[in-house]
Amino acid sequence: MQGLNELIPRLQVRNITKYYSGFFANNQVNLAIQAGEIHALLGENGAGKSTLMKIIYGVVRPESGEIFWEGKRVDITNPAKARSLGIGMVFQHFCLFETLTVTENIALALPASEQWNLGQVNRKIRVLSQEYALDINPDSPVYTLSVGEKQRVEIIRCLCVATKLLILDEPTAVLTPQETEKLFLTLQQIAAGGCSILFSSHKLQEVRSLCTHATILRNGEVIAECNPQAETIDSLARMMIGEDEGHGGQGEYGKYHTPPTSPICFQVRDLCLESKHPLGISLQHINLEVRSGEIVGIAGVAGNGQRELLAVLSGEVICPKADMIMLGEIPIGDCDVPQRRRLGLAYIPEERLGVAIVPNMNLLENALLTGYSQGLLRNGMIRQRKLKAWTRRICDAFNVKQVGLNSLAANLSGGNLQKFIVGREIQQNPTILIAAHPSWGVDVNATVTIHQAFMEMRNMGAGVLVVSEDLDELLTLCDRIGVIYKGQLSPFIPIADISREKIGRWMGGVSFV
Amino acid sequence: MFDFKLEPREQPAKIWLILSPLLALLGTVIVGLFLFRFLGKSPITAFTTLFITPLSSLYGITEIAVKAAPIILIAVGLAVCFQAQVWNIGAEGQFTLGAIFASTVALVFANIDNYIVLLLSLLAGILGGATWASIPAVLKVNFHTNEILTSLMLNYVAVSLLNYLVRGILQDPQGYNFPESAPFSEFASLPSLITGTRLHLGVIFALIAAILIWGMLQQTFFGFSVKVIGASPNAANYAGIKSDRIIWLSLLISGGLAGLAGACEVLGPIGQLRPFISPGYGYAAILAAFVGRLHPLAIILSSLLMALFYVGSELLQIKLGLPLALAGVFQGIVFFFLLAGDLLVYKRIVKSQ
Repeated sequence: MQGLNELIPRLQVRNITKYYSGFFANNQVNLAIQAGEIHALLGENGAGKSTLMKIIYGVVRPESGEIFWEGKRVDITNPAKARSLGIGMVFQHFCLFETLTVTENIALALPASEQWNLGQVNRKIRVLSQEYALDINPDSPVYTLSVGEKQRVEIIRCLCVATKLLILDEPTAVLTPQETEKLFLTLQQIAAGGCSILFSSHKLQEVRSLCTHATILRNGEVIAECNPQAETIDSLARMMIGEDEGHGGQGEYGKYHTPPTSPICFQVRDLCLESKHPLGISLQHINLEVRSGEIVGIAGVAGNGQRELLAVLSGEVICPKADMIMLGEIPIGDCDVPQRRRLGLAYIPEERLGVAIVPNMNLLENALLTGYSQGLLRNGMIRQRKLKAWTRRICDAFNVKQVGLNSLAANLSGGNLQKFIVGREIQQNPTILIAAHPSWGVDVNATVTIHQAFMEMRNMGAGVLVVSEDLDELLTLCDRIGVIYKGQLSPFIPIADISREKIGRWMGGVSFV
Repeated sequence: MFDFKLEPREQPAKIWLILSPLLALLGTVIVGLFLFRFLGKSPITAFTTLFITPLSSLYGITEIAVKAAPIILIAVGLAVCFQAQVWNIGAEGQFTLGAIFASTVALVFANIDNYIVLLLSLLAGILGGATWASIPAVLKVNFHTNEILTSLMLNYVAVSLLNYLVRGILQDPQGYNFPESAPFSEFASLPSLITGTRLHLGVIFALIAAILIWGMLQQTFFGFSVKVIGASPNAANYAGIKSDRIIWLSLLISGGLAGLAGACEVLGPIGQLRPFISPGYGYAAILAAFVGRLHPLAIILSSLLMALFYVGSELLQIKLGLPLALAGVFQGIVFFFLLAGDLLVYKRIVKSQ
């Protein structure tokens, strides 16, 4: 009987499905974790890793599927229920009170009977931190700690209550390589004590070094379950990103060769920018150039400096030196957003509602939001008739379905909204268009419209720079692709010489130049 | 159990958006009738005195206009601030500083017999209000302090300053030691528009200001920028609209208009500087701005309503011996009902399990 018992997994997830409007975050996902096992969830951003973890921890309820805990079917309705079973979770964004000390933070998570004896909590923390090599001073206020230390506090907090399964969402995303190594030693020790560990990552090398079990998710579905140590980096990357279909390529739209002699219309020269935000990414020696009549793509996993790069390119953040960014022959690094727009730079941001669009304003006002330099103003007065004509032109050219130019932007569907935004930027005839995740969350038809508009722009001789996490999009759209990783850019490769594997490896930080 | 929660409506009904202010007024009247009953007065008599008597004579109507003028001037300025989500609660102080600046100029140039003194005094009033409003602007833009607190606290500073000045350098040497300034000369006073009434030029200023602010919010890129900042600071940042500039300008505009209101008040109906120059216009204007849904033309109507409460309460005090504070009570009740009405227009109550 004893032997049989050991075969019952500590946690088993069967046919979990979670549907968000428009897509499956998890589709019939199965997963089993044994006692004392370190299990990796591998997948790109948006593959459904976080959703699955949140379902196990009771933060998100699935549409269908079952969870078995030590062989018994359980209904994890909320995180308190999960904790009572012995499940602890460390979120990507830490949940600590910055102004309280480590001891106080941990005491808050303990049952009321132990909560008030801070001396005892303090001792408990010291014992645990010694046992698992989690260096921490229990008396430090949390705001004085580094990111790595805060993560240790979160882990200790989970260990303070009897934990049988520790879930960590992207624990290494915020750590340096040295901290990562240290974390892995700790995790191995915790697992040796019988606690199971489920952690998510998109970094192939570290998964190979730490785990013997991995479940690979893609688009919300389990693609494979494997032993990463028996796989190669390449085979893991293939599973994570998708089959290598020849050499990517612009099959759908037909190829277009940039004349190599066409002039450079947009250039970034050795741009370095220290991040002001403690969790932000500092940009290091960014060099890139976009020629007239070419689409250049920047791939990369989210949070590797895309946000910071886009902010400095668009002018929302001003460059330390004017000539770090050149628009044709003009240095624009010290120009603000209106100046850059007047000189011919247009920008489509990642977030639509609330950034690119003011939801509770009408389409006319939203057209004016960035179109003000298109002769729509005279002495600070809005030229209503011109604005109306211009807005109508955007809607007609990009087939934006709307009930009237006076209707609120919030009433437009996601696809129509993005067509409106793209139209608004392209109708300004920019020399360089910068677009972030242009087809994210947009239906197929709108995506085709948007992509065709980009190609048309390029064919007319404008430059386009696309930053996207969607590798497929970049492979269909771009003439050259580079990767951003931890605030650094890889070299840019022409589309014909590219393989998904190489890009995938770079995105994971492997053999990154 | 009685467990209810509020849920946003997809589309607020147009008809209720129009009806809710009227219902708020009706609710105020009903509550008012009960209030008078509990105060031991005949509800009908009190109601007539509060709402009907002021409107039944030319003098009453001009008095309402006189009281509405400062409220309109302040409230349309606040509409600019509030649309930009800059919560200037300091109009009372800006009003007071406007009065102090205007009075100072009027007193210094008391012996010049030319209406240029009046013009200078009015401009000084605008400057005074704008100066006072620039303090919360500096603090907010440079130190990210909350303008609600700074502007509100400056109201008390302003009143103390006024009290100090009317007992000090601005006191009338021939005034038998009353805490008052000398009366202003004819050339520093706003002329009356209708003889026998207190109707003064400030009423015209108020109407002009309301129309100008309306046009500005509607037709200019600055007005558009104000609305974008208020609706979505991130979108403003993306569009290259500088929020610091908008915060500064909106505070200067509303401070300047409040200062003009203060100047008009001392140069017009009051005729000298005194320790008490406002029955709380700066606060009533906040209510008027919201009751008028931050629309400058609607604010003219809501300000007239607030003014009616002031005039009616004075009559209630004279005729029925009720306290003057009833004006504030009624202004508050209208606002309360309007907020409640808006809540139900934009949200619905559902039973939660």
